[in-house]
Amino acid sequence: MDHLDLLEAESIQIIREVAAEFQNPVMLYSIGKDSSVMVRLAQKAFFPGKIPFPLLHIDTTYKFREMITFRDEFAASIGAKLIVHTNQAAIDDGANPLRIGTQKCCGLLKTRALLDGLAAGGYDAAFGGARRDEEKSRAKERVYSFRDEFGQWDPKNQRPELWNVYNARVDKGQHIRVFPLSNWTELDVWQYIGRENIPIVPLYYAKPRPMVVRGASLIPIEQEFMLQPGEKAEMVMCRMRSLGCSPCTGAIRSEADTIDKIIDEMKLVRRSERENRVIDHDQEGSMEIKKREGYF
Amino acid sequence: MSLLRFSTAGSVDDGKSTLIGRLLYDSKGVYEDQLASVAKASAGGSGGTIDLALLTDGLRAEREQGITIDVAYRYFSTPKRKFIIADTPGHEQYTRNMATGASTADLAIILIDARNGVLPQSRRHAFIANLLGIRHFVVAINKMDLAGFDQNVYNAILNEFTGFLDKIGAPKALFIPISARDGDNVVTRSERTPWYSGPALLEHLEDVPVIEELERLPARFPVQYVLRPNLDFRGYAGQVASGIFRVGDAVLALPSRRQTTITRIVTYDGDLEATAAPQSVTICLANEIDISRGDVIVPASALPHVSRRFRANVVWMNAKPLELGRGYVIKHTSHQVRGVVRAINYRMDVNTLARVGASKLELNEIGEISVETHHPVYFDAYAQNRVTGAFILIDPLSNETLGAAMIIDIEGKEETRGQVSAADRAARFGHKSAIVAVEDTESALLLERELFDRGANVAVAASPEPGTAQLAAAAGMILIVVGSVPENALDLRRTSTHEAVLKLGRSGILAGHEEQLIEGEGI
Ligand SMILES: Nc1nc2c(ncn2[C@@H]2O[C@H](COP(=O)(O)OP(=O)(O)OP(=O)(O)O)[C@@H](O)[C@H]2O)c(=O)[nH]1
Ligand SMILES: [Mg+2]
Repeated sequence: MDHLDLLEAESIQIIREVAAEFQNPVMLYSIGKDSSVMVRLAQKAFFPGKIPFPLLHIDTTYKFREMITFRDEFAASIGAKLIVHTNQAAIDDGANPLRIGTQKCCGLLKTRALLDGLAAGGYDAAFGGARRDEEKSRAKERVYSFRDEFGQWDPKNQRPELWNVYNARVDKGQHIRVFPLSNWTELDVWQYIGRENIPIVPLYYAKPRPMVVRGASLIPIEQEFMLQPGEKAEMVMCRMRSLGCSPCTGAIRSEADTIDKIIDEMKLVRRSERENRVIDHDQEGSMEIKKREGYF
Repeated sequence: MSLLRFSTAGSVDDGKSTLIGRLLYDSKGVYEDQLASVAKASAGGSGGTIDLALLTDGLRAEREQGITIDVAYRYFSTPKRKFIIADTPGHEQYTRNMATGASTADLAIILIDARNGVLPQSRRHAFIANLLGIRHFVVAINKMDLAGFDQNVYNAILNEFTGFLDKIGAPKALFIPISARDGDNVVTRSERTPWYSGPALLEHLEDVPVIEELERLPARFPVQYVLRPNLDFRGYAGQVASGIFRVGDAVLALPSRRQTTITRIVTYDGDLEATAAPQSVTICLANEIDISRGDVIVPASALPHVSRRFRANVVWMNAKPLELGRGYVIKHTSHQVRGVVRAINYRMDVNTLARVGASKLELNEIGEISVETHHPVYFDAYAQNRVTGAFILIDPLSNETLGAAMIIDIEGKEETRGQVSAADRAARFGHKSAIVAVEDTESALLLERELFDRGANVAVAASPEPGTAQLAAAAGMILIVVGSVPENALDLRRTSTHEAVLKLGRSGILAGHEEQLIEGEGI
């Protein structure tokens, strides 16, 4: 078995444990490459049966249009039950990252929406596609990450987690975030997508796209409000390395328009994937703070 | 590409995180923006140089206090291998997090500060790493730059610690003199240690053999999930814990002890002819037998131990001490049972290696316990099988994970070695000796066949002679008699292994009492 086989076997074991031990699990589906791998692993875990839990997408309404199209087609094609949850009240109040700032916006449209979405479904376990190599506080998180009644993570007091023997016990109102891809790296994910032919949103492939060039950043123009006075979009050959909300996700200049080229690019890349996510850098340790508050 | 999982160990401030930072940095495993952010965070303290420990110490509290609190997992690869690193805390308060990181490691790097020499925490971590069955040990004698790269310092520590490792029966360790801060002997060999002729750390990590030992063990398949997508398909989903299963293999399911054969090994990518640990697959069997989550499928020829009583080493991980007689939830592979700790056989003083009497085990203490569960557990000794020999203890009230345990053997085995005891026989057959009286011969033969198929040591005595019952008891056998129970059997019940003699009618024999019979309860 090579390293991808080992990672696959480990992840499937985790997914089956959750399905067996929790009353009401759900899989958070963010439409990105990691979610796509996670869903494929879930398909494998229960083959020839269907995935025995729903997929939950927390939709901020600022996702790329291509993502939403992809999401609906993909869920239908694998016969999965897809639930979409949005913090509609905040949207109606006009929440967007430019008006209220990225931190507040994330707090309302992602963290709050997620906690409400989980409470609405009464879920006691939620799978997430986060990987430990993404960010320094994620590197510290257990595969089964315990969350209290308020969805909070306590990084200084995590349950010991020995071998692959997971403690699934929670009281009412508490839940566990489960990260089956904990030990995967970004490169592993791409190699696996290539090996398994996993469908992904076309935004990951390079092509000329309208962008605003702001210093070193490439800002996609999906929302009108992103254009500042005097700015104009220009066509740039680029792709997305990680997919979030369009106002807060930068593109990278790239010629990689196939999986193989993306893998080659990945082997040479010198900067981390989350560098293009505005939200992670608002403040030193901002991911940890958000996670403590219940962020995914 | 092969995969090596390793973890760090050693006392607080010995340089574990700095070493991992150095390894990542020198092997180009750090992105530029991460490095820039670490450089920014370091600048306040030490004039301009990057504090490499911050590459793993990512929590705010860790950076504030300058120590590691919980395990950080980091990943890097070289052209030869992919590595998963668990950088663990040295502080005694966080020993459980060290154990968390070490539990999945193939190799442990124990750091020792050259200035301080071997500390209690160096010994504790080495002891735990060895208990957890880590096969490869590296001892990195660190901060050699502060010890003038003095060979005598290195040798003194090497001699002392080798003595300790030998005493606890740890694998033979490779000792390397390093400076995590400056990079000596981390990725490349250092010119400052001309007296050291061994490999640099990374060379060793790339070359150390990770043998697929799991495949050579007796096969074990703990069932995680029963898949019944439609009426035509029934499969048992799980991860092969050890060994190899092939289509056509004669297997037995525990606890039912029903025998059958493997008909299919199913995966999303097509059926397999064979599957080996640690693959996750779905197994289909020839007979519709009752198997649920927590059961285990094993070869009919190599059964695990089946017992409600066993001895184990435990590392206690909760502020609430381990107490005798308290009810705990025991999670072992995919199987959960209730149980109690009947005895603390001793507490281990990791410094003197003395076995000390104890009535409870406090946070971070290590000891040997005797456990009794409400239902039988199917296990191997941890020394033989790291998957089927491990379990965790959970508090049924607070839901916290309290301890990590490694099974040594079934209870009472040591005392009876040399002579085959009733307990030995019970462990082999999966039941105690019993006499069962049924109403007619047909029922007797039916019951005999049923029990025999489950691996029981059973016979029908059509016309028992005086002494037959005693003989059956000595042989650990289930004796089925027709009509009334022989007189002398009642004597046996008073005097030896029989705890009760059941009178079973023709109907309901198996439905009502099979569980008890097989588990050796109540007969
Ligand atoms: N001079 C010198 N200092 C070192 C070396 N390695 C580590 N240090 C320093 O020792 C201190 C502790 O290093 P860490 O890497 O945080 O130690 P640790 O073992 O990870 O500590 P815990 O995780 O809290 O147990 C830091 O100030 C390091 O800069 C070395 O090789 N030489
Ligand atoms: Mg450290």
